[in-house]
This record gives sequence, C-alpha cells and structure tokens, in this order.
Amino acid sequence: MIDPTAVATPAKQEAEARSEPAVAFDSAAVRLGGRTIWSDVSVTVGEADFVAVLGPNGAGKSTLIKVILGLLPLAAGSASVLGRPPGDSKGRIGYLPQRRSFDTGTRIRGVDLVQLGLDGARWGIPLPGAPSRRRDAARVHEVIELVGATGYARQPIGELSGGEQQRLLIAQALVRRPKLLLLDEPLDSLDLSNQAAVAALIRRICEEEQVAVLLVAHDINPILGYLDRVIYLAGGGAIEGSPEDVITSGTLSRLYGAPIEVLRASDGRLVVVGQPEAPFVHGDRHG
Amino acid sequence: MVEAAIFQGLSWNPVTDLRELFTYPFMVNALEAGTIVAVMAGVTGWFMVLRRQTFAGHTLSVIAFPGAAAASLAGVPLAVGYFGFCGLGALALAGIAGSRRSLSAESAAIGSLQALALALGFLFVSLYHGVLNGVDSLLFGTFLGITSGQVAVLLVVATAAVSLVAIAARPLFFASVDAEVARAGGVPVRLLGFGFLLVLGLSVAETSQITGALLVFALLVTPAATAHQLTPRPLLGIALSISLALAVTWLGLALAYFSIYPVGFYITSLSFGVYVLVRGGRALRSRRRATAGLALEAA
Repeated sequence: MIDPTAVATPAKQEAEARSEPAVAFDSAAVRLGGRTIWSDVSVTVGEADFVAVLGPNGAGKSTLIKVILGLLPLAAGSASVLGRPPGDSKGRIGYLPQRRSFDTGTRIRGVDLVQLGLDGARWGIPLPGAPSRRRDAARVHEVIELVGATGYARQPIGELSGGEQQRLLIAQALVRRPKLLLLDEPLDSLDLSNQAAVAALIRRICEEEQVAVLLVAHDINPILGYLDRVIYLAGGGAIEGSPEDVITSGTLSRLYGAPIEVLRASDGRLVVVGQPEAPFVHGDRHG
Repeated sequence: MVEAAIFQGLSWNPVTDLRELFTYPFMVNALEAGTIVAVMAGVTGWFMVLRRQTFAGHTLSVIAFPGAAAASLAGVPLAVGYFGFCGLGALALAGIAGSRRSLSAESAAIGSLQALALALGFLFVSLYHGVLNGVDSLLFGTFLGITSGQVAVLLVVATAAVSLVAIAARPLFFASVDAEVARAGGVPVRLLGFGFLLVLGLSVAETSQITGALLVFALLVTPAATAHQLTPRPLLGIALSISLALAVTWLGLALAYFSIYPVGFYITSLSFGVYVLVRGGRALRSRRRATAGLALEAA
C-alpha cells in the first residue's frame, strides 16, 4: 500500500522545511451539535500549494474551511494557520464562501465589491485625493486586471454572468495579497468552459502571487490537471496526498470502510463508483 | 395670520413668492426642519434600500404613530413619544433579526409587530378623551407649528445619526452587500445590523414629524430607491438620495404653503413622480439597447 504522506518529491520537501506551512492540522476533530464531523485529521498545506478538498456531501468540507478561518473551534487536536492559531491571521487569508451569486437587482459595481475586500473593514471616511486612496485604487485595478475582469468591472455585478461574477469575487479575495486563499466550491455554478478557465486562472494566481490555495470541489475533473495535492474527506476522517495516490480504489475503500472503485475514462477523467452518498461526477460531459 | 398667508396664494412672481416663503418664522422653521430631515432620510434610506430592510423601516414608521399618540395622552412633547417608541421598536426588530429565523418567519414576526403598533395607536387615540384633533397630522404630517426648539432637537439627533453612519460607512456597506466575507474579514456584522436599526429608528422618528407616520416612505424610501436606480456608485448614490429628498421636501413645503392641501401629499406625490420617471426612463433605455443589440446581431 502507498503511504499518501510520502509522495512529496525531495525538492518539495526541502521547500516545505524552509517555510512554514500555510495550514497544518494535527489529529484535529470537530464536533457540531453533539455530532463528530471528522476526527484524527492530520493534513499539511505547503506554501503556494494548490490543494483540492474533496469528499461527499456532509463530509465536512466547508467545516474544514470554517475551522481554518477560526469560525469553528476544534474539539480535539491542534491546528495552525500561517504559523498562528486559526482566526489570528484574518488579514492574510482570502475567503470566497459557497454559492454566492448576485441577482439582477443587485446594483453594486464589481470594482466596489473588490475595493471592499481591501478597505471594507476600515472605519471612517477616507479623504479624497489621499495617497492611500490612490494606492488602493491602483491595487484594485491591478487585481481586476490579473483575473481578466477589466472589461466589465464597472457594470452592476447583478447583470454579469456566473463566470464573470466568480472572477470578480476571486479578485476580491486576492486584493489584500493573502498568503492563503480559501475557495468554497467556486466552480459549482459555472458551465464547463468557465470551470476550466477559472481553474487555470487559480493555478496561475497560485504561482504568480505565491499564495497557497485550498479549493473545495464537488468534481475533481475540471481541476485535475492543475492540482498539487488533494485532501479527501469521507467516513469521518481524511486522507491527504497527490491526486494519483489518493483517488485510487484502494485508498478510498480504506477511507470509506466500504468497497469503492475508481475508474479512469479514456480522456483521463476520474469516476468514483460505489460512494454511499452523492455522486462524485454529476451530469454528462459532452463536447 | 397663518390663514391669511395661506390664502394669499401665488403672485406668480418668483422673487416675491420666494421672499414670502421666508417671511413667517413658522415657515422658516418648517424649511429648516425639512432640510435636516431630508438629509438624514437620504443617507439612512440609501442604506435601508441597499439592505432590503424597507419592511422593517415601514414597521418603525407605524410604531411612530402610537408613540406620538401616547405622548399626546401623557402630555409630554411629541418628540419624546416618537423617539421613545421608534427606539424600542428598533430594539424589537433587532431581537427578531437576531433570532436567526428564516426570512419568511422574520417578515411574519415584523408584520405582527406592525399590527400591534397600529392597534396600540388607535387605543391611545380613543383613550384621549375629547378629540385628538391632531390625529390626521400624526398620520399624514404637518408643517405648521414647528418650534425653534424642535428644530434644535432634530439637528442634534440628525447630526449624531449621520456621523455614526459616516464612521461606519465602509464596514456597513461591506456587511450589507457581502455579510459572510465581511464577517470573515473581522467586520462586526451583527453589531452593525443592530446599530443600523437604531439609527433607522431615529430617522423614522424625525421624518414622522414632518411627513406623518404613514408617509415616512416618501422621504426615506422613494428618493433612496430612485438613487439606486440612477447609479450603482455608492458615494454618488448617497449624494443623489440626499439631493432628491431635499428637492421634494423644499418643493413640497412651498406647494403646501401656497395651497390648501397637506404637505405630506405633495412630498409623497413629488417623490413618487420622480421614481416613476426614472424607472420608466431606465426601462425605455434598456429596451432601446436590446433593439440596438438585435439590429447589430442581424447586421
């Protein structure tokens, strides 16, 4: 059997030893309303790693994000985020919550939403023409350029498509130059071509901005080609490793405690069969 | 004296008419009070529309009615009743919002509170033996008999409320459009929601004193909703909301002065007229844009 923790290349291990990990959990457990969501979870997300969080519905993927944000306490074990306890490094984390879209009645410009990511927590009114204000505007412009949203950032966000909204929300999460980006199902409501485009964008951001990315996903296939590592949550526990090592019949069967089969389609897509809950790949993908 | 002024009517000479508006102290007080109220309503109304809390705002205005009636009954200044009841109402609404019910349960609870407020108001009016002849001005507003003392109170409250909103402007904007991310970024979202309801209660209490409890919307909602239609830019939107509220208040007061109809009617009709014009204009523009788009595609 393959030990999923032993797959990192020597070069990568060296890099991780030099810098502090973005996220490190040690035998962590979470209880919600008397129910243990997961326990004995030990995972590490290295600096500038692109990591997917996978698993069936209800496995606690969003819970993991909330623990990292410091919004939920651990019942056991320990966690450190960017070298500090969770909740202590708010300014250095970019967060994009689940299922956020703006209806057509929302009369807010994308550029204002991105700006809020930068100064939305500051009190008082900025003086017009102050140097800090010009610096902020430059950063907002830069990050909108980075996600390729310059063409529509000044329109009301409610009038934009799901993919365009998602790019602006990623820009908002990035605007304070975070060291860790938490994206909760950012591809969920997008069509296939947009899923691929946004996945490629996140990979590029991860490298250019040197930011660790934790992306909660329903379907691994649109991001498979871009990932460094995978955290798979199921059966009250978690396994971490490279996609090739984790998404296998043997590893997943052990995690679920039930027979699971992983099939590889001719185009390289992975299909997990025999999951107790929620299909891994939803819908047909043609063209 | 007041009667004589009202029935003199328009001379159709703008200079004389304008000069006449400022001749009587009661009219100067009314214009000052209207100006203060319009600025405050323009600012808080813009955030209220953004937060989709117009139902809560309406409930606060209905709560203003028993407040004023109770004050008349107890023989204390009306402002005490307005501020007291609207403050308590804001606390009750914050309690309802804080209990994390579903949206439908929340609006049902707010609606029940509104019915109770109306019933209480009616009770206080009946308890007031003899005729509470101001009941229609409690409901529909008046600009007669505003004292300099009242204007001073309005100014102090409005300054405090607008300053609070200004200090909290960015976190409040963040919490209003994007609560989850704001909370993750360290913005005290629940505290801001609670504080905003209190400020909204103060605004309603002030506005009621000019437009009456039932026509608060003319200044608090309609100019703000029009501004949201006109621009998605936050600062420009707030400025527009204030300007529109000021324009309809000044014009409404002037019209009421030269005619026999109540001020609430004029302010409400004017702001409604502007809103309809802007909505219509936008609909027309988007249709024209759609046709242009189709023509472009065809070509």
